[in-house]
Amino acid sequence: MTTRTLGRTPPLLLPSPLNRARNLLTSYTFLKFIKALLTIFFVTSLTFFIVHLMPGNPIDVYIQDLQNQQGMSYSDARDQAASLFQLDFNQPMYLQYFEYLGNLLQGNLGLSFRSTGTPVSKIIFTFLPWTVFSVGTSLIISFTLGILLGMVVAYRRNGVLDNVLSAIASVLSAIPNYLIAIIVISLLGVQTGILPYTRMRGSLSPGIQVGFTADFIGDIFFHAFMPMLVYVLTTLGTWMLFMKSSTVSTLEEDYVTVARARGLKDARIATSYVGRNAALPLFTQLAISIGFVVGGSIVIEQLFAYEGVGKLLFSSIQARDYAVMQGVFLIITIAVVGSNLLADLLYSRLDPRIRVKGTE
Amino acid sequence: MQILNILKLLTRNKVGLVGLIGLTLFVLLVLLGPLFIPLDDEAHVTQIYQPPSAQHWLGTDRQGRDTWSHIVYGGKDILYIALVAGAISTSIAVVGGALAALIGGVLDTVIMTLSDIVLTVPRFPILAVLAAVVRFDNPLLLAVLIGVLAWPPLLRAIRAQVLSLRERDYIEAARALDLGTRHIIAREILPNLMSYILISLIFAMTAAIYEQVGLIFLGLAPLSGQNWGVMINYAYGAGAIWQKDSIYYIMSPVLAIALFQLLLVSTARSLEEIFNPRLRTGI
Repeated sequence: MTTRTLGRTPPLLLPSPLNRARNLLTSYTFLKFIKALLTIFFVTSLTFFIVHLMPGNPIDVYIQDLQNQQGMSYSDARDQAASLFQLDFNQPMYLQYFEYLGNLLQGNLGLSFRSTGTPVSKIIFTFLPWTVFSVGTSLIISFTLGILLGMVVAYRRNGVLDNVLSAIASVLSAIPNYLIAIIVISLLGVQTGILPYTRMRGSLSPGIQVGFTADFIGDIFFHAFMPMLVYVLTTLGTWMLFMKSSTVSTLEEDYVTVARARGLKDARIATSYVGRNAALPLFTQLAISIGFVVGGSIVIEQLFAYEGVGKLLFSSIQARDYAVMQGVFLIITIAVVGSNLLADLLYSRLDPRIRVKGTE
Repeated sequence: MQILNILKLLTRNKVGLVGLIGLTLFVLLVLLGPLFIPLDDEAHVTQIYQPPSAQHWLGTDRQGRDTWSHIVYGGKDILYIALVAGAISTSIAVVGGALAALIGGVLDTVIMTLSDIVLTVPRFPILAVLAAVVRFDNPLLLAVLIGVLAWPPLLRAIRAQVLSLRERDYIEAARALDLGTRHIIAREILPNLMSYILISLIFAMTAAIYEQVGLIFLGLAPLSGQNWGVMINYAYGAGAIWQKDSIYYIMSPVLAIALFQLLLVSTARSLEEIFNPRLRTGI
């Protein structure tokens, strides 16, 4: 596959403005960027139409609730719903849709209608940092640890360490993360009392001031410890096994044999020749796993009463607060799509073969 | 038969054999167990949260009912949703992947772009959001929605496989004989893809179990009746996780799901080891 792409000489192009424009339009980065925007647009539209067009959609339900519970007339109820959802019912659906998109482009996510009048973006930004902190830190820890352990067991294939660690890794990566969370609470908290699980609930102890102080940093790690433990435990196995098989196949490459024949030190071969190349495919996986872990945080944050976007999404679903729900979902989507884009671009920098293939 | 050959190969792998036996036992218990074991559905207030005993193998729940009988009855829905969702996503993946690889051109670009988009949609959150609008009290609806969102990674794997199969001599021979795309897919390519399809199906099932139990646990998929996810939901709602004596009650469904997932994953991993020569030479 590579020989074919490398063997073909690119057609000689004169640097005219037209060609430059064509180069931009077919460049790998540009195509990936367009695809990311397309995905966000697609998901946003999908949620808009789910909320607005489905039979029994939230707006109809809200109008009915107002009529039944507060005895409003249909037109009054509709007016109130219109101001709440920031909609104009006299406009056709497609105009409402464009207005919604226009508001989004200006960063306006609408108003929450449980805590009336609060902008959705403001609510999201009080919850978002906790998820970014706990999920981000755990992923960095488990990614680094997984790469190291994966390389170690790949070098000691079929040894005792390999067998034990690989078995543990496959067990941990197979069990759903919320079940691991239940087991952690039950075994480390309730049954043995190793972790003070009741004090660890929430994301910050009352009375702690936000700031760059030892108290604050210690406290956020104290509260994030259990969710982070669960994220690390459930993702570590995947990284380790992935890195193991990737290292094993890299070890068979000719350039590793050549490096050995040249008498290079083992440590140098392991870091510059094997490790670097074996870790490459894991980066795309990292992006996919960000989406998965953030999605899973809905259940995990609920279990540990951790005040992140996952818990916010769940509480907005329970409260039928569709504005918040749509907003959180949009933020999660942007995060996932953005990290995928980042991984693609990073990967194409690290491995130029991808870029060549992409523009083919 | 292709499938039988695959299973025969699987029994030669230690982990694969354990996985296969374990899965068979689980499926037998779930399908045939209810015929022999009566469901204990009456409250016995004197026997709340009993530890395991000869009479109650897994102890009793908060109403004094036998947990073991609920475990036996609780697997059918989980298995059903996992199978239907897995079958839907695998079918989309096989048909789409094979068409993209064989016909190529614009169709390939369209299918791959679509799969890139669906791949990045956060699956669990979108199911949770959908649960706010659609009521997931029908197992079939839940299975279809899970399946419709799950196909992209499988489709990519199948497409890559078909692309490599396409270059083989016997496919070229079939093309030269002008046997038609349908014949080539059904007779020449599909049989050689069987192991991959089986692996994809198993992984799709594990994802479906993860998603459905997560939704049920949060109460977003209000399935009624006996179901391991519903059991965890009830146990958690009753505060069984916070008490010392109720550990058997909450742990029974948790471990049932964990063990089932583990068996599925180890079977799929062994299949990968057998059919992926690169991994095989490595291990």
